[in-house]
Amino acid sequence: MTPPPASHDPYGNSVDEYGHEGDQPLVRPYAMTGGRTRPRYQLAIEALVSTTADPAHLATLLPEHQRICHLCREVKSVAEVSALLSMPLGVARILVADLAEAGMVAIHQPGNGETGGTPDVTLLERVLSGLRKL
Amino acid sequence: MVAGGFGVGKTTFVGAVSEINPLRTEAVMTSASAGIDDLTHTGGKTTTTVAMDFGRITLDQDLILYLFGTPGQDRFWFMWDDLVRGAIGAVVLVDTRRLADCFPAVDYFENSGLPFVIALNGFDGSQPYQPEEVREALQIGPDTPIITTDARHRADAKSALITLVEHALMARLK
Repeated sequence: MTPPPASHDPYGNSVDEYGHEGDQPLVRPYAMTGGRTRPRYQLAIEALVSTTADPAHLATLLPEHQRICHLCREVKSVAEVSALLSMPLGVARILVADLAEAGMVAIHQPGNGETGGTPDVTLLERVLSGLRKL
Repeated sequence: MVAGGFGVGKTTFVGAVSEINPLRTEAVMTSASAGIDDLTHTGGKTTTTVAMDFGRITLDQDLILYLFGTPGQDRFWFMWDDLVRGAIGAVVLVDTRRLADCFPAVDYFENSGLPFVIALNGFDGSQPYQPEEVREALQIGPDTPIITTDARHRADAKSALITLVEHALMARLK
């Protein structure tokens, strides 16, 4: 597990990011999570993650945590963390939750807290006007 | 969310409007499944990888819309529950030559109460059936929009999303 190169567009490098068909990861996915299969709290798949950690502290983190911190210098969703770092969604959720707990990343959960997640009217209007402007 | 039967064009649709090439995320599931798979050799447990393609559209400095294509196999409905939370709604893509393929998605969204629109996917406007014929065949209520689309074209996909958000907004304002 090597950290990604420092400066590249993660989306432009999908071949490198994904590896090749048939490549098996060297570490079984849930080894990275210490065997846990449930995060400490439930992260939405579309929750946004952005790195808040001081770069000087990154070196002390586990390699997988470092990769997430590198990736999320630009805001990414949990789904993107999973896809771009080639880890199952469940693993990405746990690792991101760990980082959030340690204060290394900020998480923006969608919707208005725990209201069942239904987007409110203001949000729908913003989305609508945004789509029309595309 | 973008739903519909296997091979109906969900990822094509996502790719047409997404600002990034569609990405794929995978969830590994271990489930004790009864009567679905041949479990002769696995002792009652099965591990399945469910893949889901998605894209993103940045609508504003602080507003990002994610488009998730649902896994094509309806037996993975439990993953949809995860997606439905926080979702604005669903575009159900329909190939009218294989109408039955969309039944699980339509049933699911009707039951979950998530706003959805039916988008008949046809190449360059070729549609063997009229939307109202499909409405009758699917037994869809008059409130649910049925539109025609070409999932390869950005303008069509964008217009389908606008119809969906308008519909979701109407549903909220009722």
